[in-house]
Amino acid sequence: MSLTYHLQVVNLLAALLLLISFAMLSQRRIVGLVTLFAWQGAALSLSTAIVAWSTGQHHLYYSAALTLILKVIAMPWFFYRLVRKLDVDRDVEPMINIPTTMLIGIALVIFAFNLAMPISQMAGTVTRSTLGIALASVLLAFLMMITRSKAIPQVIGFLAMENGLFFAATSATYGMPLVVEMGVALDVLVGVFVLGIFFFQIRETFDSLDLKHMEKLKER
Amino acid sequence: MSTGIFLQIAQTLAAILLAPLLMGWVNQCRAWLQGRSAPPLTQPYRTLRKLFHKDAVIAHDTSPLFRFAPYMIFACMALAAGLVPTLANDLPFSPAADVIALVGVFALARVFLALAAMDIGTSFGTLGARREMLISFLAEPALLMVFFTASLISQSTELPVIVETLAHREFAIFPSLAFAAVAFWMVSVAENARIPVDNPTTHLELTMIHEAMILEYSARHLALIEWAVALKLFTYSTLGIALFLPWGIAPRGDLSALPLAVLALVVKMAVGGAALSLLEAVSAKVRLFRAPEFLGTAFLLGVLGMLIHFLLEV
Repeated sequence: MSLTYHLQVVNLLAALLLLISFAMLSQRRIVGLVTLFAWQGAALSLSTAIVAWSTGQHHLYYSAALTLILKVIAMPWFFYRLVRKLDVDRDVEPMINIPTTMLIGIALVIFAFNLAMPISQMAGTVTRSTLGIALASVLLAFLMMITRSKAIPQVIGFLAMENGLFFAATSATYGMPLVVEMGVALDVLVGVFVLGIFFFQIRETFDSLDLKHMEKLKER
Repeated sequence: MSTGIFLQIAQTLAAILLAPLLMGWVNQCRAWLQGRSAPPLTQPYRTLRKLFHKDAVIAHDTSPLFRFAPYMIFACMALAAGLVPTLANDLPFSPAADVIALVGVFALARVFLALAAMDIGTSFGTLGARREMLISFLAEPALLMVFFTASLISQSTELPVIVETLAHREFAIFPSLAFAAVAFWMVSVAENARIPVDNPTTHLELTMIHEAMILEYSARHLALIEWAVALKLFTYSTLGIALFLPWGIAPRGDLSALPLAVLALVVKMAVGGAALSLLEAVSAKVRLFRAPEFLGTAFLLGVLGMLIHFLLEV
């Protein structure tokens, strides 16, 4: 192995990203989930900054700063406030029990690694080997969205998926153009605020944040 | 060769003699974190001395196995302590067993402890033995996975080769070891009966795992078991150091590096013990039926470490 040290650090951060994804999958409490999400954002931001520094891609600095501000500071703060206001921080049992979810997660990781192997051979970037990890964290976040029935964990799963996509973009092509990234960041921010308002509406209508109640809305 | 043998004996003796000190340090840190006045650092030694001076009380209907088990357990732990590179690497004794055999040595001690607990015939002993077996049959594969991750990196299951590869070659970051380290921490917490899985200071028989098995022991037998428990904690700590923080362990036949190795060991142990007590202070004991989930997570992390190795490091 003859990678330079900063690339080894990027690899380590990629591994941490995957580790945090798994931790999120096994986390029962919403506050813990938000904290893990903030840590994932921090790892992502740091790895983006290191990639920017080692490859001289200056626009990546902006996306690293954007990630730091949005996903490590603003959104977790918003979620903490939301959880306190809605008073929903209790142990939530996911729909599939956690060991089974973790087993499915492992299968997804193997699938993602296999899938990314040939793709990453074609990418020309130095960070291409982390593409598998990025794909795996997207799939894991997706799995989290599927297995949780409460609204806030689902939104956090969605945001974690966005983290994974962002990481995939950084590792495969040194990030998207800045305009696209700004657009995505704005979209996510607005989405989170809109969903925050939705939470209150959902709770007012159904007296709970469990989205299973929304199935009653079906037309017969 | 003779220096090697001398070093081997010195290292094993150091492990046996220093193990209660580590236990005392962990207890002290724990007391501080809980806001209690801490027992002195040498408290475990005093307890051991007190126990050795007492007369043993043994139930009438025990088999010789019950008397024999403490010696066996202590011998297994002393053997394990001799196998793990603590101060110097590649000692003459270490080719005797690789990491897989080391897991076997731990298992042997556990089997004797469980048999002795069942031998006495009390309900708590049997309960403790069964729980211990439940925990350990889940912990063992996870521990093996951690070892396999480290062995994949160094292409060998021999601990000296692993330490040599990680400590004395060109420095490299192995992301797979981050996963293995978390898994190893979880396994060692479970194996050493520490807080998220078992509470070492509990007085509540119904929640006991390890303590329930040794309820009937007294005097020198109890002392040997307590000492073996301290030695097990020490050995697991040195294992963790050898796998994840091996810098400072003296390379083969290098006597001049020994003072530094001693210093490094003391610092790592002090930090590790403080970290263990901190993690114990911030976490709550999980229900027994959550323990399989805890250890299942450890196993999955071990597997993930191996996968990451194939993705990033080959």
